[in-house]
Amino acid sequence: MNQQVLQGKVSPQSILIDAEEAALARRQKLYRIGRWTLPSLVLVLAIGAWQAYVTLAEVPHYILPSPLLIAQTLFSDWHVLWPAMQITGRLTFMALLLAVVGGLAIAVAFTQSKWVEMSLFPYAVILQVTPVVAIAPLLQIYMDSAFSAALLCAWIVAFFPILSNTTTGLKSADHNLQDLFSIYGASGWQRLRYLAAPSALPYFLSGLKIAGGLALIGAVVAEFVIGRAGTGLGLASTLLEASYRFNFGRLYAALVLISVMGVVIFALMSLISHLALCRWHESALKRES
Amino acid sequence: MLLEMSHVEKSFNGDVIALRDMNLTVNQGDFISLLGPSGCGKSTALRLIAGLTRPTSGSISWVGGQNEGDLGVVFQEPTLMPWAKVRDNVWLPFRLRGKRYKDYKDEVMHALELVGLEQFQNAYPRELSGGMKMRVSIARAMVTKPRLILMDEPFAALDEITRQKMNSDLLALRDAIGCTVIFVTHSVFESVFLSDRIVVMAARPGRVVREVAVNVDGPRSDDFRTSMAFTRHARDASDALQEAISVAT
Repeated sequence: MNQQVLQGKVSPQSILIDAEEAALARRQKLYRIGRWTLPSLVLVLAIGAWQAYVTLAEVPHYILPSPLLIAQTLFSDWHVLWPAMQITGRLTFMALLLAVVGGLAIAVAFTQSKWVEMSLFPYAVILQVTPVVAIAPLLQIYMDSAFSAALLCAWIVAFFPILSNTTTGLKSADHNLQDLFSIYGASGWQRLRYLAAPSALPYFLSGLKIAGGLALIGAVVAEFVIGRAGTGLGLASTLLEASYRFNFGRLYAALVLISVMGVVIFALMSLISHLALCRWHESALKRES
Repeated sequence: MLLEMSHVEKSFNGDVIALRDMNLTVNQGDFISLLGPSGCGKSTALRLIAGLTRPTSGSISWVGGQNEGDLGVVFQEPTLMPWAKVRDNVWLPFRLRGKRYKDYKDEVMHALELVGLEQFQNAYPRELSGGMKMRVSIARAMVTKPRLILMDEPFAALDEITRQKMNSDLLALRDAIGCTVIFVTHSVFESVFLSDRIVVMAARPGRVVREVAVNVDGPRSDDFRTSMAFTRHARDASDALQEAISVAT
């Protein structure tokens, strides 16, 4: 007993960090390293295997282009790919922006008036469940510009998760807080501004994450369907055209760029969500052991 | 006299009687506990006084009328806005009256000082313990210097030690701002320690069965908890509660 106390005085660390905690710290350090190195390793191995297979089996480039060829095409065709990427990017970004504006406005209208919600919600659902591929040719007929038609397509796909999540969020404010607002005589606007809107923020942001990905998917689908009529749009139209010409190097290069766009959008939305919630929301908090 | 309830009845869906013929006269400075089993209508009574629901029949009237900021409420949960700092949570009653923070900073800081949390003014609720959150909730209820504070089992979720501390602090606070309190609780000991009057209620239908007066000479310090007087009052309240439970079944 006495000796333990003495030991404790000599090296206080031996009390603070026991074997279990040391093992835990080691494991966490390994996890941190592994999180980046393991996926990178997989990527390098996969690309290496792909390159080796194409080279050794002498696969012709119109069946499967090698990673090296794709990389070369990315550079040599940049003058085609970059403008296409800008168009797809603009399409996606504008669709997402309009989805946010429209989704928020309709969600607020829904929660302010039960009648509006009852009248319009079924149509929001119908718009969502009807495959956009089936609507796109129609839009092309009725709208002059291919870009606007594609924009509308992408918007239809992207706005629903924002509408649906924000509507749920606006209704999910704590009941006791709602009572408190009543007791202090809050106006409808004050309720929306100080209670419903902050309560809805986490819901809206998770809707935004989904909508960001969907806006890109909507843009790509719209380009496939609408761009086919010779109104060459963005990356997806480029990809489709390359496939008709058996230009598989360009096809893969376009595909890589579309993936990169998707990853960037997801990362951006996650960052926005984290910045908005990190101060107070449970989802953004690190748990203390 | 501050407030009077006369022949107040509340029924839901036309047949479930939540509260039957409740009469209560609340005097300035009273500390009244509503004590009873679940379903005895004590929370309903509180919601009626708060004006959150209207009585089916009978009347509740404030003597001299109810003005802005006359009423403060503390719920069972701390009920703080998680996205707002402590000081913004306490500022809420003023904010909803369209008042700016800088004009009411002193009131907010004073309320936080009273509950001993002035150094946490910039913290977010998640950074506080359960007891501290409840203190913020109390500061918010007191910030308008209300004439009446309603408390609906505010300390039920706290551990016994924190709860006793909060009870003592609540009495000190009450003395500091001189308001009237109506306090809903399940606990006989809590009601005896805190109140001047214990209104014992029974369930199905919710109604008042008996009122127990707790007259104590001198301050209610921690010694009061172990005194003979406390034990005697606790026995009275306990008997009344037993009676309330037995008549209900």
